Amino acid sequence: MASHGIRDKVAIVGLGCTTFGEHWDRSTDDLLIDASNEALGSAGVALDDIDAFWLGTMGSGLSGMTLSRPLKIDHKPVTHVENYCATGSEAFRNACYAVASGAYDVVMAIGVEKLKDSGYMGLVVPSPAHDGTASQLTAPASFSFLAPAYAEKYGVDPDEMKDVMTRIAWKNHRNGALNPRAQFRKEVPAETIKCSPLVAGPLGIFDCSGVSDGSAAAIIVRAEDAHRYTDHPVYVKALSFVSGPATGPIDPSYDYTTFTEVVKSAEDAYQQAGIADPRAELAMAEVHDCFTPTELVLMEDLGFAERGFAWKEVLAGTFDLEGELPVNPDGGLKSFGHPIGASGLRMLFECWTQLRGEAGERQIPSVAAGKTKALTHNLGGGPGACVSFVSVVGSEPDA
Amino acid sequence: MTTTGIVGYGAYLPYWRLDRTAIAGALGSGGGRGYRSVASYDEDTTSMAVEAARRAVRAAGEGYSPYAVWFSTTAPAYLDKTNATTIHSALGLPSYAGAYDAIGGVRSGVGAMKIAGTSTMLGVVSDIRTGLPGGADEANGGDAAVAMCFGKQDPIAVEIGGAAAVAEFTDRWRTPGDPASKQWEERFGEQAYLPLAEEAVAAALKGAELEPTDLDHVIVSGLHARAARGVPRACGLDPATVVDDLTGEVGNAGAAHWALVLADVLDRAASGETIAVIVLADGVDVRLWRTTDAIEAYRERRAVPTVREQIAATRTDLDYARFLTWRGFLHREPPRRPEPDRPASPPTMRTHDWKFGLVGTRDETGFVHLPPARVSMGTGEVDRMEPVRMADTPATIATFTIDRLAYSLSPPVVAAIVDFDGGGRFQCEMTDVDPDAVRIGDRVEMTFRRLYTVDGIHNYFWKARPAATGDEIGTGTED
Repeated sequence: MASHGIRDKVAIVGLGCTTFGEHWDRSTDDLLIDASNEALGSAGVALDDIDAFWLGTMGSGLSGMTLSRPLKIDHKPVTHVENYCATGSEAFRNACYAVASGAYDVVMAIGVEKLKDSGYMGLVVPSPAHDGTASQLTAPASFSFLAPAYAEKYGVDPDEMKDVMTRIAWKNHRNGALNPRAQFRKEVPAETIKCSPLVAGPLGIFDCSGVSDGSAAAIIVRAEDAHRYTDHPVYVKALSFVSGPATGPIDPSYDYTTFTEVVKSAEDAYQQAGIADPRAELAMAEVHDCFTPTELVLMEDLGFAERGFAWKEVLAGTFDLEGELPVNPDGGLKSFGHPIGASGLRMLFECWTQLRGEAGERQIPSVAAGKTKALTHNLGGGPGACVSFVSVVGSEPDA
Repeated sequence: MTTTGIVGYGAYLPYWRLDRTAIAGALGSGGGRGYRSVASYDEDTTSMAVEAARRAVRAAGEGYSPYAVWFSTTAPAYLDKTNATTIHSALGLPSYAGAYDAIGGVRSGVGAMKIAGTSTMLGVVSDIRTGLPGGADEANGGDAAVAMCFGKQDPIAVEIGGAAAVAEFTDRWRTPGDPASKQWEERFGEQAYLPLAEEAVAAALKGAELEPTDLDHVIVSGLHARAARGVPRACGLDPATVVDDLTGEVGNAGAAHWALVLADVLDRAASGETIAVIVLADGVDVRLWRTTDAIEAYRERRAVPTVREQIAATRTDLDYARFLTWRGFLHREPPRRPEPDRPASPPTMRTHDWKFGLVGTRDETGFVHLPPARVSMGTGEVDRMEPVRMADTPATIATFTIDRLAYSLSPPVVAAIVDFDGGGRFQCEMTDVDPDAVRIGDRVEMTFRRLYTVDGIHNYFWKARPAATGDEIGTGTED
C-alpha cells in the first residue's frame, strides 16, 4: 500500500474524555462542551487558539454547526466526518493531515455520540431509501458468524470457544473496573458472562459491547511545536485507514475468521511506524472489541498472535493488564460502550494516559519497562465488509 | 394435439398446520378435529401464488412461457395495485406478457382459471382463510395456492364441457377491510345451493353428452360445507366417485380449494379419466375435464411435490397463540428496535429483476455477484456481466446464526450464508425451519416471501428454506 505516512510530524498535546454512560442529564451539546474544555485545558490553550476542527459523529448531528453552535466557535472551519464505527478515528486522522500539510498550526479532533436518547436496544443506523433487499441482520448477528467459523477452522471445541470469549469479556470488565470514566466499572464473574442470555448465535449479552453516550477530543500541533504546550506530548507514528470492497458476503472463499481490511491497515501502519514486531514493540493496544470474537480475531489480524493461536494466548493471559501485551487496558468498548464518534478518540485518551504514566492503578508495567508505542484500532461494518483504522502513537520521537 | 389444456400445474401448501384441537385447548371450546394449513407469518396470497406458479411452470417444462398471468384470491395483498404483476416479475416473464387480477369472491377464481384456459396462459388461485377466534371459519379454513399452465403442447387434461348457474343471494359476505366473513343461517344456504347444483350439473353433463356414471372423479368444493356435502345426492352422482376434499387435513382454501383438490386428483389420475369440478360460490360452476395419454409421461418427469407429499411433510405443532399472532388477532409486544422503513418505489423499480426474480450477474470468469454488480469483483471489468437467475438453483448453508435481537413477527430470525450450486454466495433469512435443527451443510432452496409490511407496502424478497429432497420436504436436520 502506497502511503507515505506522517511519522513524527504532528503530536497530540492535549486530550479530553467525558465519562461514558447513560447520560440522561447531558445533551450532545453538553458532551461536546465538556470534552473540548477538558482537551483545551489539558493543552493549556483557549478555544480561540484552535485554527480548525474535525468533528466525528455518525448520528448525533449533521454539519460542522453541530460543534460550532454549542461552542460558539467564531467562524472557523469545522469538518463533519462519518466513517461508521471508525468515525472518531477518522476525525483524528484528517485533523492530523491538516496540521502536517502546514495548513493549520493547532487543530482539534472531537468525537461525540448520543446513543441512549433513541430508546432502542443496540445500535440503530439510518439508511438511505432502499429496495428492501439488504440484510436486516443486527450487528451482534453479523459478528456472531466469527465464533463458529474460528472454532471450526482451528479445532476449538464450542465450549472452549465460549471460555475464550468469556475470558475476553472478563478481562475487559476487569480493566474497566479500574477506570473512573468507564460506563461499567465492575468486575463481572466469568460464570455470569458465560451464562448470560443469548443475543445472536453463541453471543450472550456479555459478549456484546454496551450502548452509551460520550465524547472525547484531542488537540494536535506540529511536532516541533509540541513542547510549547506540554513536556510529554504523544507523537503520531502512523495513521492507516482502509475501506474494503465489501466482497466477503458474496465471496465463497471468505471464511469469517479474519478481517482482511484490518490486516491491510495494520501492515500499512506498521510500515509507516517502522514496526517490525508489533507484539514485542508495542506497550499496549486499544482495539475494537465490539463483540468478544472480534477481539479474538483482531489479535491475529493485528499480528499480536500467530494464526490459529490467539485463543490460546487469550486463555494464557497474554493480553491481560499484566500480560505481555495489554489489550484494552482502559476496559475497551466492553466497559465503555460504543458511542460511535467518540470511541476512536477515547482509545487515544488511554494511550496518552498510559504512555505518560498517568493511569494510576491500571498503569501497565510495559511503559516503565521502556516501551514507548501504543496502537489504536477501530473497525466499522462487519466481517467481510468493513472499514478499518489503525494508528500508532508514541511518547518519543524516533531518531 | 391442438386443443388447449393443462400442460403443467403446481400446488403450494404452506409448511405449517394448526391442530384444530389446539383451539379448544386455548379457548375451551370450538376447533373440532383434524388440521388446517397455515400460511406462515411471512406469506400472503401473492407470495404463495408465486410458489405455486414456479412449480407449475417448472412442471410444464423448459420453454413454457405464458402470454398472461391470471390471479385470483379473496384475500388480496393489495387493492388498486395489481398483485399479478408481482407473480409476473417473480417468474421473470417478459414485459409483453399480461398480468391480471380477479379478486374478491371465491367465484372469481373459477372465472380467472377459465379465461387462462382459453390460450397459453397461467392461472393462479391463492387464498388465506380465517375467521374470528373460536369460530368455524377459523377452524375450517385453510391456506393454499394452485397454479395451472395452459397450452397446446401435450396437455395432460383438456376441458370437455361445463355449465354455470348464477343466483343472487346473500349466504356469505365480508365488508372490505373486515378480518372475518359473516354467514346467514346454514339451512338457508343449503336450500339455495342445491337446486343450482342440480341445474348446472345436468346442463354440463348434457352439453358433454355424458351420464353421471361416466364421471371417474367428482370434486365438490364450496365454503358452505353442508351444501357441498349434499351435492352428490341431489345431483344423482355416485358417492364412490366423490373424492376426498382434503378439508380434514388442510381445511378449505377458499378460492384455491377446488384447484387444490383437482391437483390432488391429477396427481394420481390415469389417462382417459373424466373429472367433474363442481364449485359452490354464489351459484354453481361445473367444469368437466378429461385426462390424456400425456399424463403418465408428465408424472414421470415432474419434479415438483404432489399435494399428498406436502400434506405428509409438515409441522403440526404450531401453537394457537402463534397462529393468532400471524393472522393479526394477537398483538404481541415488539422488540425495542425500530421497525424497518418502507421499501422505496424508485430503487425497487430499478432493481426489480433482483428483488422479485433473484437475478444476479455473472462476470466473464463465471463468478456470480449477488446482488448484481456492474464491476467484477475478480477482474474489475465494468459492465461485462450477464444476468443469472438464482431463484430456482439449490444451495448449501455455508454458515448461519440465530439473531434474537432483529425485528421479526416470528422471532428469532435465522440468518444463513448460502452458496448456490454452480457459484454465488448469498446472505438471507431462513424460513419454515426449526432454529435448533439448522446445520452447516444443509441443503436449501429459495422461496419467495413477504419480509415485512410498512406503510402498506409489502416488502417481498427471497428467503432460503430446507430443500425438498426426493419425494419429501426436508426438515433441515441433515448434516
